[in-house]
Amino acid sequence: MTEASAFSARELAATAGTGPRRRRFIKRHASLVAGAVILAIFVALALAAPYLPGDPLTMTPARRLSPPGSGYFLGTDALGRDVLARTIHGARVSLLVGFLVAAASVAIGLALGLIAGSIRKADAPLMRLMDALMAIPAILLAIALVSLTRASVTTVVIAITIPEVPRVVRLVRSVVLGVREQPFVEAAIAGGARLPKIILRHILPSTIPPLIVQATYICASAILVEATLSFLGAGSPPEIPSWGNMIASSRLYLARAPWTIFCPGLALALVVLAVNLLGDGLRDRLDPRLARRM
Amino acid sequence: MSASPIAAPAARPLLEVEGLAKYFATGGGLLKQASPRLRAVDGVSFSLARGETLCLVGESGCGKSTVGKLILRLMEPSAGVIRIDGVDVTLAQGEELRAYRKRVQMIFQDPFASLNPRLKAATIVGEPLENYGLFSARERNEKVTDLFARVGLRPEAAEKFPFEFSGGQRQRIGIARALALSPDLIVADEPVSALDVSVQAQVLNLLVDLRDALGLAYLFISHDLGVVEHIAHRVAVMYLGRIVEIGGKERIFDAPRHPYTQALMAAAPVADPHAKRERIVLEGDVPSPLDPPKGCAFHPRCPYAFDRCRVETPVLTPRDGGHFAACHLDEA
Repeated sequence: MTEASAFSARELAATAGTGPRRRRFIKRHASLVAGAVILAIFVALALAAPYLPGDPLTMTPARRLSPPGSGYFLGTDALGRDVLARTIHGARVSLLVGFLVAAASVAIGLALGLIAGSIRKADAPLMRLMDALMAIPAILLAIALVSLTRASVTTVVIAITIPEVPRVVRLVRSVVLGVREQPFVEAAIAGGARLPKIILRHILPSTIPPLIVQATYICASAILVEATLSFLGAGSPPEIPSWGNMIASSRLYLARAPWTIFCPGLALALVVLAVNLLGDGLRDRLDPRLARRM
Repeated sequence: MSASPIAAPAARPLLEVEGLAKYFATGGGLLKQASPRLRAVDGVSFSLARGETLCLVGESGCGKSTVGKLILRLMEPSAGVIRIDGVDVTLAQGEELRAYRKRVQMIFQDPFASLNPRLKAATIVGEPLENYGLFSARERNEKVTDLFARVGLRPEAAEKFPFEFSGGQRQRIGIARALALSPDLIVADEPVSALDVSVQAQVLNLLVDLRDALGLAYLFISHDLGVVEHIAHRVAVMYLGRIVEIGGKERIFDAPRHPYTQALMAAAPVADPHAKRERIVLEGDVPSPLDPPKGCAFHPRCPYAFDRCRVETPVLTPRDGGHFAACHLDEA
């Protein structure tokens, strides 16, 4: 932990610095920087989507399946819709679901993990419940929920979050169990601190670095699961362009119009790669044991 | 050193511990049979007067640190009674327990692990005050500044994080934190054993000065007899979870009665290389507390053991000179 704080202080100095220092930072944290840059581009495009030219829903039947470059930068699909505009708009659903699932599972998992780790009586029942939840496959749960209610982003987020929560709970609990035995926690108890303060001030901060890393992995897997669900027709409704339903509706034209499937496919692969790179970079940065080895 | 009582003083002691024990369950589980209990501390009794320093000495694993944690109620005792000013706090919970902890503070062995690396020194030292809602934020800051001065830290140190300090400075922060609530008793668990020898002396002197200035009582846990000789009024020697000898420092150091104490004293280095001294070298290792020897726990290693030692467990009995030893050898 000492290394972590010393490291971050040095890091701050490095990022604030100019020229050569910045170059050294980029070199040492190549995957962090690459992931962040790619992800930032997608986030910017997703946010700016409504203001960009090109409409994802307008159908131009006369110009269906036009190849890239023919008036449309990335061509059109089987209904004559702009593939570039649809790919950019598809990023909105993917990133939104990825972010919401990561945020929801971290928030719920953190709370439950702190409880399981610090209140002995709650530990066993809570963890058995988590084991049970972990056994539910996200995709089956989503299909069941969608058939019970109706396809919406909320349903998808709930369905993907439920099986992710136990992973976060386990992570947080293991960190809490480790930190709880630290002498500084004993010192806080001896100093008369009440339980909530011990948890919030002395235990919670240690859970944050691994949680940030875990959140990126959850985000990446949520984006993939959302695409799978949309592909199967159990995800976002068809009127919302998403990479999953673009790939699904384009697969019949794979030989005639490969661009209709490559664009969303490549975008999906890039975003998931970027989030994973970011996660790896953060792990190297935040885990002092790995940082020392570099 | 004005009060150097040989035995516990006649007036009501500050802290009384009677038959304190801590057993740990080992192994065992849903389907496995429970293994024997580990007797980390097995019936420890002593008392401590205001302003007095009792040193608890013994080899590693003899249970001395566990005694410290039990007294702080950082662990739940399996048996025994802890009284402060005659009030039983063995089962205190909630606010009652917090009120007790306000009077009994602890200094930890490891000055690195015992300070939260994410908090500033001032926050660490001020936290006990904050916990008890003592003083306003401004008064608290003043109090923290006083505490820093008291333990020999510069005021600028308040805004630094633990990793910016040396081991000795960190231990001073730990001492300041223990002093914050103006306790009557401080349990010091090997407070200098993690420090360099030169720094050890400074911190030890600080502890002596604070004791004399503030009338603190110490339960000082150590394995270093040089340190003990410097700070103790009374000494208790522990072996395998029990106190085998307890008495005034001079008696324990100059005329130890228990063979284990004699061996400990013989093993301590002496400054004079030409000094002639009797060597008692103990053979074998400390037996496992999972399966302590029958009778006197020390008999397998004792050079004087005889039949009775293997059968009957000796109890602490008074010896001439007013101290107590648990040995059959020269029982009165």
